[in-house]
Amino acid sequence: MKFGIVVFPGSNCDRDMQDSLQNDLNQEVVMLWHKDKDLSMFSTEDCIVLPGGFSYGDYLRCGAIARFSPMMESVIAFANKGGKVLGVCNGFQILCESHLLPGALLRNANQKFICKNVYLTGVGGSGLKIPIAHGEGRYFADEKTLDALEANGQVIYRYCDENGNITAEANPNGAIRNIAGISNKEGNVFGMMPHPERATSAILGNTDGRAILNSLLINAAVTI
Amino acid sequence: MEVTVKTAQQLRLTEEEFELIKQKLGRTPNFNELCAFSGMWSEHCSYKNSIKWLKTLPREGGRMLVKAGEENAGLMDIGDNLGVVFKIESHNHPSAIEPFQGAATGVGGIHRDIFTMGARPIAALNSLRFGNLKEAKTQHLLGGVVHGIGHYGNCFGVPTVGGEIYFENCYHTNPLVNAMSVGIVKAGETVSATAEGLGNPVFFVGSATGKDGIGGASFASADITAESAEELPAVQVGDPFQEKKLLEACLEVIQTGAVVGMQDMGAAGIICSTAEMSAKGGVGMRIDLDKVPTRQQNMKTWELLLSESQERMLMVVEKGKEQLVLDVFEKWDLPCSEIGEVTGDGMLRFYMHGELDAELPAHDLVLGGGAPQYTREYSEPAYFEKIKAFDASSIAVPEDLKATAEQLIQLPNIASKRTVYHQYDSMVGTGNSSTNAPTDAAVVHVKGTTKGIAVTTDCNSKYVFADPYKGAMIAVSEAARNIVCSGGLPLGVTNCLNFGNPYDPQVYYQFVHAIKGMGEACVKFDTPVTGGNVSFYNQSPDGAVYPTPTIGMVGLLENIADKMTLDFKEEGDVIFLVGKATDNFSSSEYLHKIHGVEFSPVPHFELEEEFALQQKIAALIGKKLIASAHDVSEGGLFVTLTEAGFNRNLGFDVTAADNTIRKDAYWFGEGQSRVVVTVKKEQVEAFKQELGNHPYSELGAVTNGSIAVDGADWGTILSWKEKYDTAIEALLAGHESEHALTAL
Repeated sequence: MKFGIVVFPGSNCDRDMQDSLQNDLNQEVVMLWHKDKDLSMFSTEDCIVLPGGFSYGDYLRCGAIARFSPMMESVIAFANKGGKVLGVCNGFQILCESHLLPGALLRNANQKFICKNVYLTGVGGSGLKIPIAHGEGRYFADEKTLDALEANGQVIYRYCDENGNITAEANPNGAIRNIAGISNKEGNVFGMMPHPERATSAILGNTDGRAILNSLLINAAVTI
Repeated sequence: MEVTVKTAQQLRLTEEEFELIKQKLGRTPNFNELCAFSGMWSEHCSYKNSIKWLKTLPREGGRMLVKAGEENAGLMDIGDNLGVVFKIESHNHPSAIEPFQGAATGVGGIHRDIFTMGARPIAALNSLRFGNLKEAKTQHLLGGVVHGIGHYGNCFGVPTVGGEIYFENCYHTNPLVNAMSVGIVKAGETVSATAEGLGNPVFFVGSATGKDGIGGASFASADITAESAEELPAVQVGDPFQEKKLLEACLEVIQTGAVVGMQDMGAAGIICSTAEMSAKGGVGMRIDLDKVPTRQQNMKTWELLLSESQERMLMVVEKGKEQLVLDVFEKWDLPCSEIGEVTGDGMLRFYMHGELDAELPAHDLVLGGGAPQYTREYSEPAYFEKIKAFDASSIAVPEDLKATAEQLIQLPNIASKRTVYHQYDSMVGTGNSSTNAPTDAAVVHVKGTTKGIAVTTDCNSKYVFADPYKGAMIAVSEAARNIVCSGGLPLGVTNCLNFGNPYDPQVYYQFVHAIKGMGEACVKFDTPVTGGNVSFYNQSPDGAVYPTPTIGMVGLLENIADKMTLDFKEEGDVIFLVGKATDNFSSSEYLHKIHGVEFSPVPHFELEEEFALQQKIAALIGKKLIASAHDVSEGGLFVTLTEAGFNRNLGFDVTAADNTIRKDAYWFGEGQSRVVVTVKKEQVEAFKQELGNHPYSELGAVTNGSIAVDGADWGTILSWKEKYDTAIEALLAGHESEHALTAL
């Protein structure tokens, strides 16, 4: 498989994602410019990544403008064909704005940007140490949607403590039901606020993110 | 309008300076020209009251690739055809009036200084000073500044990897906001801020120009008074998304080979960038100001010359390659206009709708050219008498040392600043190796190599207040010590010299002696001063701030795997203090905040002793004889030990190794040149052998979490960590202030 990483003008985790996938996980990566539309070199076995950042400055709602970019039109079509799409942080926000994923990301409960290591439980393991860095990462959806997400196994990550316990104290941003990441019903579109690409390099002393990228995408045998 | 000496004075030029301008021009300047001089000869741009002393600092060294002050930032060789570019700069005055935008644009401005040289920023730091944290005003300023730094830096996408915050009453009206940026550039891809080549087109790129920040440079060159809030238009407004695009576009346009020279527009906007680039290249420029993209209608000539609108660059392009430049900026959806050309006679000519509105010799405007340079008087400050009168024996040793230690660790200057730094993206760029393995100086990976850059900002201004000469030496020494304790080799310094009004001889005394001390220490550590900035007039009717010569220092690790961390590693490891314990607690947080004594001498410090210590620590790390290293700073030895325990929840059982020293001085004193290290039992002999005659003492051992001091049970590391982590949050939450929430 290969990866395409979409570069919006305000993306700032695009190169981090490239480094992680290419150098730490030995994957083939193609960088994609937001003004282009061509995804013909990708099959549905491949994965398009929407990286973190501030796509178009995010002065309106995070991801609200990115949704209308030329490349996003193609990404939406790609996802609807069954191609894999991963959105991290701002990418997750864009996926919700694009209605490829249900729900929305609200301002953090403490009204502030938060950057620190948190712990996740979900696809790839429990008590995984992964960084977050966002001001608007509080996942929210109505009860019916949430119940459906849980019933379908679409909640792929929740905030937990070091030992994997899902507690209120372990929830950094007030996300409803501690939700840190979800997938669509078909299981080909994934969104998460934490940054697995920031935890794949041995030099940085934390490689827990490898388990996430490997089990979610690279080893492909995702059963959710 | 007729220009008179009164007009000049209103523009903050003196009568003598007005005469000098007339002499240089051979005529009376028109208003536009006078405004140009006002900006360029302001303290902020001309360094007129500091340059004579700045020239005494060591400004050359083996690894320096450009001379100090020659370019927008310092540039040093780190091998493998790479250079590190770094600079620190103040944004104090704007932040005092409008903390959010003031701090945000401070961050934006310093990053531009880095990428205008062709480097990609990889790390940001900030050094902040505020008044008493219990004051509503301080909480408002802190909240705004932190939000502003986060807003700009997080979006721009460069990690904030380090910095410092101190709270002292003297900063109540005059907070200090010093921002530092560090970037990496490939050899051969650096860009100079020089205009060359007759007929080469001059481009204006980046954001459109508005009326914000007009007169910012001269605003920053005056005391802050009750009327300062009326100068709000002198504060700039930042847009980090524009700057992010400008960064990528500038780095991309350099690759086309079309760029001859480039300079960012900061203080004094267009006039400063055109004058400095022209003067350096020995050329002139013809500029059509009506071709500058504006976001407000009918802007006047002087407004266009002085506007400090953010996210703008001036670029000289090789004639014939204009389209290459236009294409890149088109791709990034940024304005890019050809506004003039390079001329040969050294004159700057600004036209508006075909009319010549200002005609100025570039050389006469700039530092090192025609800008005035003053020699100022200085005299010993009167408060030195109070310092000399301090008598340590008048302070009783507390009966309950543990209770005192608990107070100490919760002081705002010592307690965790996590409530602040969690608001900064410290990990974007995936280079910050200190998040998961804490170090005294942040260690950032240079991608594509095995190298690491160690970087820190340091200045305990209380020490500088007590003794400007030794205090500034300590600031340099602590920066170098932090880098050495992280396994790095100190390379060079950028300084941000924050002082009061230079026309006050007692303030100027502080400045002169701080420069002397800084220079001597920089020579000793072989860390030349590559650049920086001077911020005078940090003064209100209540007086001047403590002299605060902030040191930004950069060091190199050839192999980032060899970095040394500050945290205790394992139960049973032996704890040593390397360096000499002294019976000295003057100018400590303990004396100042617990006993309320503001005037006391500088802590124990000798430059030679410090240098020897750092040599020893570097050797111990190089020979892999220690498991951790953490230098002793604010709060003294006990605080240092707890900080080393926090990361892995390990405790310590320690006993004072010298009973001739007062207990409070031993555990809480801030005598310099000391480092706490841990050693594996089996390496203790080799460790001692390596230290030889250098003073050291064995304190005890690392425990699995319990803390014992001089045989007494002091609880567990978790309980100390809880106090340390939550003290500032509790202080803000418990305070009846509408600002407490935003300050958190």
